[in-house]
Amino acid sequence: MFRRDWLIALAFLAPALILLFGFTHYPAIQTVIDSFWSTARGRRPAVFVGWDNYARMVQDEIFRRAMINNAIYAAITIPASVALALAMALFVQSRILGRGFLRLAYFTPTVLPLIAVANIWLFFYLPGFGLFEQLRGWAGLSPRNWIGSPDTALYAVTAVTVWAQAGFFMIFYLAALQTIPPSLREAAAIEGCSPLTFFRRVTWPLIMPTTLFISVNATINAFRTVDHIFVMTQGGPNNASMLLLYYIYEQGFRFWDTAYASALTVVMVVLLALVGIGQFFWLDRKVHYR
Amino acid sequence: MKHTLKTLMATTAFAAITAQAAAATELEFYFPVAVGGDAAAVIEGMTDAYMAANPDVTIDAIYTGSYADTTTRAITAARGGNAPQLAILLSTDMFAMIDEDLVLPWDDFLTAAEMESWIGGFYPAFMRNSQTDGKTWGIPFQRSTPVIYWNKEAFAAAGLDPDTAPATWDDMVAYGTALTLRDDSGSVTQWGVRIPSSGFPSWLFTGLVASNGQDGLANTAGTEVYFDTPEVVGALEYLVSLAAEHEIMAPGILDWGATPRAFLDGESAIIWTTTGNLTNIRSNATFDFGVGMLPANVRPGAPTGGGNFYLMKGSDDEQTLAAIDFVKWATAPEQAADWSIATGYVAPREDTWETERMQAYAAEVPGALVAREQLAYAVPELSTFEGPRITQIMNDNIAAAIVGDKTPAQAMADAQDAADAVLSIYR
Repeated sequence: MFRRDWLIALAFLAPALILLFGFTHYPAIQTVIDSFWSTARGRRPAVFVGWDNYARMVQDEIFRRAMINNAIYAAITIPASVALALAMALFVQSRILGRGFLRLAYFTPTVLPLIAVANIWLFFYLPGFGLFEQLRGWAGLSPRNWIGSPDTALYAVTAVTVWAQAGFFMIFYLAALQTIPPSLREAAAIEGCSPLTFFRRVTWPLIMPTTLFISVNATINAFRTVDHIFVMTQGGPNNASMLLLYYIYEQGFRFWDTAYASALTVVMVVLLALVGIGQFFWLDRKVHYR
Repeated sequence: MKHTLKTLMATTAFAAITAQAAAATELEFYFPVAVGGDAAAVIEGMTDAYMAANPDVTIDAIYTGSYADTTTRAITAARGGNAPQLAILLSTDMFAMIDEDLVLPWDDFLTAAEMESWIGGFYPAFMRNSQTDGKTWGIPFQRSTPVIYWNKEAFAAAGLDPDTAPATWDDMVAYGTALTLRDDSGSVTQWGVRIPSSGFPSWLFTGLVASNGQDGLANTAGTEVYFDTPEVVGALEYLVSLAAEHEIMAPGILDWGATPRAFLDGESAIIWTTTGNLTNIRSNATFDFGVGMLPANVRPGAPTGGGNFYLMKGSDDEQTLAAIDFVKWATAPEQAADWSIATGYVAPREDTWETERMQAYAAEVPGALVAREQLAYAVPELSTFEGPRITQIMNDNIAAAIVGDKTPAQAMADAQDAADAVLSIYR
């Protein structure tokens, strides 16, 4: 009887298990294995090289550059998109004229593919005749080559990311704001508390779980979304806007150095796992006030 | 009921016909599109015309994005055992495809007479990036050279002869200075020159290197590069000086894709870009423009570029022979003339230029002849083993010099060291 239950359970679980193993676990394990081998070429088979691929990373200046860039990129996109999302959510939560239209407008960037967004922004940034340049021209400022200068390229692509994902995060905040019981607001009104105090003492604590969820997502996005890099800078100029995942793509699919790309992937996954575990175990206790 | 029966019979008959067609030789063919205009529709029109003339062959022409995307997809498909029979990839991908063991040399399937009449008919400049080690790996098709486009109205407004292109490096600086317009606040409203530096800066840069007297950047075996010679450093110094010293080009990295737009919008009076953009610019320009050879310094010079047909491994004999037959047909004078006129790519064989259509086109658009005349001075585009990596090393260092992170001499010395490290295992 016991065995039969197990068999039935296994039969029901099998399709999901096979898919999960085939598309998630097997590639992950294979990537770890590949990172210890050299890249096979048609004329040369792969050989076991141990930690060579990892040792190469230590020497690799572009890798170092990508790590630093990614750290800057994450340090800006995470707080900026969370703050912008909250500000937009609070704004379109209140009773204002054209609320539905504003909500739609704020959400639009999320619906657009990032590639399309990047193409639009590429023309905003064009030196001389892009939108920003026209505006700067009216203000009497000299033109700048935003994505073509190493000082500004990384920040130019960072701005696109914040613009593109803030609308998505806004939806979660909007949902969270609507779960706050109106009785709290009424009680606060009777007590004569200011909107700022109400936000600080009631709203913000109550939407903390949402903030955690969003910040975890923003962290993953900071490493995961590089679509706009393809369109706007290709990591340039001289690797000024190189991000880790784009570097992995470049090694793996442009240079076909799949072994080195595997090693880089392992590093990225370990990094993300550490950050994710940290956020959940450390912050989770705080936001749920246990 | 009767109606349904009729439909059913018709459907069955149709299925029988398609089943018969499916028994014929089926080819898969990957092609990229790297320029404006409607090149994808032209390719599909060609395969349709071929299939109409050869009912026993079906060709599935698959548009696969940019050159880089197409290479990625072809290599991935080949590794997965589903290689297409044909692919148009960059001519410079030759060494990578040999290294990955994914392509067949064409020579093994051709008779001596065909080698002479067919392979021998292509311009030698194009064959330099199509042959190595005594074998032919690519058939030139989507080939180009960079040319300059200049805005005749802007020339006239600046007091220059609208019909004379800058012929030398010094000319370009002199013309560019006259063409760079600034408003009262000192902001530039029209730049003299635009040499784009994103995407594949090493390609246009090879043009500067060639005109500075060096025959390309690598040896024919694809194992040595020559990045730190005085000719190369001098070319980079000139490129950097256009923005830094002469202030006739916008500073920083200039986008490749936006370059035709910059020309059409009057942002730049002279641009460097591929001759493959000719049709695009011709159909969208609201002003009179000229097409010219790249300016010379020590000598005239330009790199060839663009894509070749590659014969992929893993097909049966029947498919391989059908693929070769299709490529022969596609490069025959009439088809190649259609293709060249529709896109602006350089017709890769002398006999194409002798067709009536091509003659008429050349009379109507003299700009189309520039790229062909330039072939006499053409050098191969940078092509080596580990090609994309070597090219990226070059591109990064060109960018570093343009944005002022390194001096031109330092950048090219670094590029040489990094490239030597990668290529040493191939020597």
